[in-house]
Amino acid sequence: MENEKHHIVPIKTYVYILIGLIALTFISIGVTHIELGEFTTAGALILASLKSWLVLSYFMHLKFDNVILRIFVALIVLVFAAVVAITFMDYMYR
Amino acid sequence: MEKVTTTHEHDHYDHEGSKLGMWLFIFTELLLFGGLFITYAVYKYLNPEAFHMAAEELNVGVGAINTVILLISSATIAMSITALQQNNIRLTKVMLEITMMLAITFLINKYFEWGAKISHGIYPGSDHLMEMSRGEILFYGLYFFMTGLHALHIIVGVAFIAVVYSKILKRKVNAERYVLLENSGLYWHLVDIVWIFLFPLFYLIT
Repeated sequence: MENEKHHIVPIKTYVYILIGLIALTFISIGVTHIELGEFTTAGALILASLKSWLVLSYFMHLKFDNVILRIFVALIVLVFAAVVAITFMDYMYR
Repeated sequence: MEKVTTTHEHDHYDHEGSKLGMWLFIFTELLLFGGLFITYAVYKYLNPEAFHMAAEELNVGVGAINTVILLISSATIAMSITALQQNNIRLTKVMLEITMMLAITFLINKYFEWGAKISHGIYPGSDHLMEMSRGEILFYGLYFFMTGLHALHIIVGVAFIAVVYSKILKRKVNAERYVLLENSGLYWHLVDIVWIFLFPLFYLIT
């Protein structure tokens, strides 16, 4: 990984990931059509997160690039999650 | 004999550094949209009924088509990087052309979608909208602002890809120096990720 030659992702990999992403889109449409109450939002967000993870790992090459980028992305996600948690604590317990 | 000087015209090429810079910019974009998503979440929490009624009005079909369009365009720009790394200029160009065409198709769909809402008298500040409840005004305000900001990013993305495309034609971006193509790809995937969350939040969850 550290050598000068950069990792070349085969086009076939992208085709598989794309099929996966489209399948997840239709699953999320199907899931939200069923009345699950509170779980509808959670389900849709979990599927969206899964899709983002695929895009970040493969399309954005995080899986193959320098580890530091992965650490940065993880930190940004944590910062965002913390802000969401603090905001909702404020609104739910005021 | 301590230094080997190369007589290259542009020697300020730093693949890792350029990419890191692009990622840092992408983080600011993620936090920009992230803030808007939190605003949406809080107002939905405070006005569940109004958000439910307003979200029912959005066209899931158009939203789903646009989702698939963006996903395919993300895949094609990723493929163009592989093609350029393998020095297949023809395939690189075709993949970028498809990406730009899909982006424009997305915008055309958006135009018709917004057009339908506007012809029903729903647009920021319209008399019809102002007669609705506070929650619905908030929903449509966020809908137009967030999808509008996203559409603006699509336009910037197409312009970025077009610049890279012209540099590929001039061989300025090539199999050895392709970080600009990678960075335009990163930007395009960011636009895709934002839509991945916009679609379920506005169109699916009612």
